[in-house]
This record gives sequence, C-alpha cells and structure tokens, in this order.
Amino acid sequence: MNDMSPESYVTADGRTIGNVVMDMRDITLKFGGVTAIKDISFDIREGEIRAIIGPNGAGKSSMLNVISGFYTPQIGEIWYRGKKRPPMKPYQVARQGIARTFQNIALFEGMTVLDNVMTGRLTHMNASVISQALWWGKAQAEEIENREKVEKVIDFLEIQNIRKTPVGRLPYGLKKRVELARALAADPQILLLDEPMAGMNVEEKEDMSRFILDVNDEFGTTIVLIEHDMGVVMDLSDRVVVMDYGKKIGDGAPDDVRNNQAVIDAYLGVSH
Amino acid sequence: MEMLSKIFVEPFADMVAAPDFLMQVIWEGLVSGVLYALIALGFVLIFRSSRIFNFAQGIMVVFAALTLVGLHAMGIPAWVSVALTLVVMFIIAVAIERIVLRPLVGQPDIILFMATIGITLFLVGTGETIFGGENKVMITSELGIPTGDVVLEPFGGFLLLQHLDITVVISAALLVCALLVFLGKTQMGRAIRALGDDHQAALSVGISLQTIWVLVWFVSGIIALVTGIAWGARAGVSFALEIIAFKALPVLMLGGLESITGAIIGGLAIGVLEKMFEIYWGQPLLGGNTEVWFAYVLALGVLLFRPQGLFGEKIIERV
Repeated sequence: MNDMSPESYVTADGRTIGNVVMDMRDITLKFGGVTAIKDISFDIREGEIRAIIGPNGAGKSSMLNVISGFYTPQIGEIWYRGKKRPPMKPYQVARQGIARTFQNIALFEGMTVLDNVMTGRLTHMNASVISQALWWGKAQAEEIENREKVEKVIDFLEIQNIRKTPVGRLPYGLKKRVELARALAADPQILLLDEPMAGMNVEEKEDMSRFILDVNDEFGTTIVLIEHDMGVVMDLSDRVVVMDYGKKIGDGAPDDVRNNQAVIDAYLGVSH
Repeated sequence: MEMLSKIFVEPFADMVAAPDFLMQVIWEGLVSGVLYALIALGFVLIFRSSRIFNFAQGIMVVFAALTLVGLHAMGIPAWVSVALTLVVMFIIAVAIERIVLRPLVGQPDIILFMATIGITLFLVGTGETIFGGENKVMITSELGIPTGDVVLEPFGGFLLLQHLDITVVISAALLVCALLVFLGKTQMGRAIRALGDDHQAALSVGISLQTIWVLVWFVSGIIALVTGIAWGARAGVSFALEIIAFKALPVLMLGGLESITGAIIGGLAIGVLEKMFEIYWGQPLLGGNTEVWFAYVLALGVLLFRPQGLFGEKIIERV
C-alpha cells in the first residue's frame, strides 16, 4: 500500500503508533495560474501527531483544505484506510470521521457554547427528519446520547462554566477551545487543526498544547496540525512535514527536520 | 387644545368607558397579528439558514391555498387535498433548491434576493395558468373548521369570538411551539441555525447545504399552507393575499430578521396596534383606513432608533 514500513511501533512516551491511515499521493493544487501545492506526497499514521509547518504562503492551509474536502486537487490521489477516496464535498469528508478547526475561527456566533459543541454530533445523526420534528422515538434517544458525549467533551476541555454563554461574547482563546470541543464531539478518526495556537498568549498556548496531547493520549485520535510556532511543533509532534512555496522540503521526526539544511534555510534560519 | 384632547385624552377615556369593546378590538388585532407573525416566521426561517430574504413567501401562501382549493374542486376529499398540497410544496422546495439556489451558491445576497423575485413571478404565472385568477372560497367547513361564534360577557359587556378565529389562534400557537422545539432542541434545528451563522463551519461538521435548504423551504411551505388556509377562510383565496404578506415586512423590521420570538411579538404587536390606532385615532381623526399604512410608519420609526429591530442581532464590526 505504501513504501513506509507498515508495522506499528511504540513511542518513547509509550503511545502506540499504528499503520498508515491516510496517504496523500502526488497532490497538486492550482488556483488559476498559481500553484499552491506542487506534487506533494506524505502519509499519516494512526494515532500520531503529524505537523505541517512552513513559512507564510507555503501552502499549509491549502493542504489541510485538500484533506478536509474544501479544495479538490487537480492531480493526485488521497487514500483513506486503504481505499482511494473519490472527490468529496466537505460534509461527506466530515461524515467519514475527519473533523477540523479553522485558522480564523469558524464558530456559530449566535449560538451558545453547548449548541455549538452539539453541532459536532451532527455526523452521528440517524433519526429521520419527521421523528426529529416530533422529538419522538429515536430522535429523543439520540439527543440524550449526544448530549452525554458532548458533556464529556465539555468537561474534558474545562469549559463547563461557559456552557450557556453565546459564543460571540467569548474571548479569542476560549473560542479556539470551543472550536476544538466541537471537532472533538464528532469522535473523529482524524482531527485537523489549522494553527490552533495562532494569536494566543503563552499561557493559552500551554493550555492548548496540553489539550492536544491529552486528546491524542486519551482517545488515541490521530492529529494533523499546522503551526507557526516552531517550539510548539517540535514538542508536540511525532513527525513533521515541511513545506515551502508549495513544495515539500522535509519530512521526518522533529530532530531530523531541525537539522535539515533546506529547512533551516527556508524557515528556521529566518528569525521571527 | 381641543385637538390635543382628541389625541391624548378622549381615546383613553373611551377605552376605560367600554372595556368590553377594547377587548374586542384587541382580540381582532391579535387574530390578524397571529397571521402576520406566521408569514414573518416563514421569512425568518429562510433568512436564518441562508441569509436569503425570501420575497416569494407571500406568493407561496397564495399558491398553497390555491392548490388546496383547486385539488378539492377536482373532487379529492379535503384532508387528502391537504396531504397532496404538502407534497406539492415539497416538490417546489426541491425544485427551488436544484434550479435556483444551487447554481447561485456563493453569489452576493442581493443576487439571491433577486432570484426570489423571479420565483415570485414564476409562481404567480403558474398559479394563474393552472387555477385561474378569480376569487375562490376556502374549503373551511370541509376541513372541519368550526364557523360559529361564542359570546362572552366581560365587565357586563359584550365580546364576540368567532370559532374560526379561535381555531386559527390555537393552531398557529401549536405550529409555533413545534417550530421552536424543532429549531431549539433537535440536531436538525441546530444544523439550520448553524448554517445561517457560518457556511464553512457548517460544512466542516457534516451539514449538507442542499438538504437543509430543501428542508427550510419545505417548512416555510407548510407555514404558508397554514397561513393560506387561515387567511383564505377569512378573506377568500385570491392573489390579493400576496399583499398581506407585505405586512410581514414591518413585522420583520420590528422583530429583527433573525429572531423567531421577534417575529411572533412583532406580528402580534403590529396586529393589535394597527387595529387600536384605526378604531381610536384613525376613524375619528383621520377618516379611517389607517390599517393600510400604520404598520409601515411604525416600522420606519423603529428603523430610525433600532435598525436591527427589537430582537435582532446587533452586528458589531471589529476594526
């Protein structure tokens, strides 16, 4: 299925990293004359924290949008759980168990935190429209079950005290956390995080790092994250893809990437 | 001085002197208010889920009522006609999503608004072709809606309530409660509200734009049918009903475009206020017929002081 060794292994801190769950093959994405992603291949293993880093405009967010179905690449294949994925709409990808957050926070501002997180359970909705309209039978049972799951997530991310607050009133850092809660409520197989720490202060960053590690540890969720903050990436991730001008210039464990000359030139060498 | 007294003193003296008549006026106002609120609800539902201001809501009321009466005229039993009309409203919802909305996804709001004007014209044309333009009678008794009245005697006076009006108020209240539960307490309802807030985020949690749009247009089709039956029973079924739908505009300005509570309170307030103004100020001082314009002037006043309406979301842009 792929060139990498398919066997699972155990990390130094005792987490089990499984087989390849998603394989991106020769992805090329163009917007008119601009090539955002040039012929990039990489894989994502079950249970790992996979980072995509690179300077501004490197194509990181485009890559995340390709994975989540917001963009469809002109060339290349996406293999998910051993099957080639046909072109899909974002909501179909979401229903496959891939949840995401956005760089510029996309929450439902007029709704409460609880309602926002509840929308994360929409992928698990089976009751018919009619049964929902009458709030009867299956719909009622489902609502209760969803609510239990959501309360667990809310507990886990320590946002109980703002459950009933409309999201529009929350400060930035908490909004990011609510967005993570909504994604987690879906019980995702893969969690995509687009700059989860952008614009946060040091304390908020530490909290967020802790939550990301806890999610991965506790639920075994595979996490793909894009991040600017190099320190954070190196501490958090198992493997790192480095992008620059739409091309892949490095791929490997944080330490390998750190010592890669092309990466140093493109990114680490530049002070920011 | 005499003028001031006519404006500020005499109307209130009249109200106190004949409380039973005041109650009658308020009741009549409430009944039209309920119908205004229902039409406004149809607007709110579509606006909440797609940010489209649906100009066609009024004609949907007419079309639903015409279809019902037309089907019954073909010899189909009344309640079967209702079911078939619902099927027709569903087909319209699917067609609107497929043919009109889907190709326009991502276009500016004003384009979508213009498209709903197109839908209006199309439905007017189709309706007149199929059912003809003449006035029709709503199949009130065939649907089992009672037509008598009750007389109450509050304060030793006289208060007449039409059975029809009571039925309208009760069924509208039930419909509104069902809608509130549906939107507030179910996942589907959350999906509808979510879609209105943020398209991208909605897609990322697995909400299908197409499904939700068909759903809200169908639900507002159901609301249109209920409104059509109620208003048709009072005033007959004709294309003039569409004009009544425009009364929903001041209701929306008063209540705010996003708020269901706003639509209900706005509708009731406008219904009652325009009736009271007509009876106590309009007829003695202005020669009557003020109900035609009163709601719009009121809405203008609201717009001056609270552009977002009494219950709408205030949009704060951060720089």
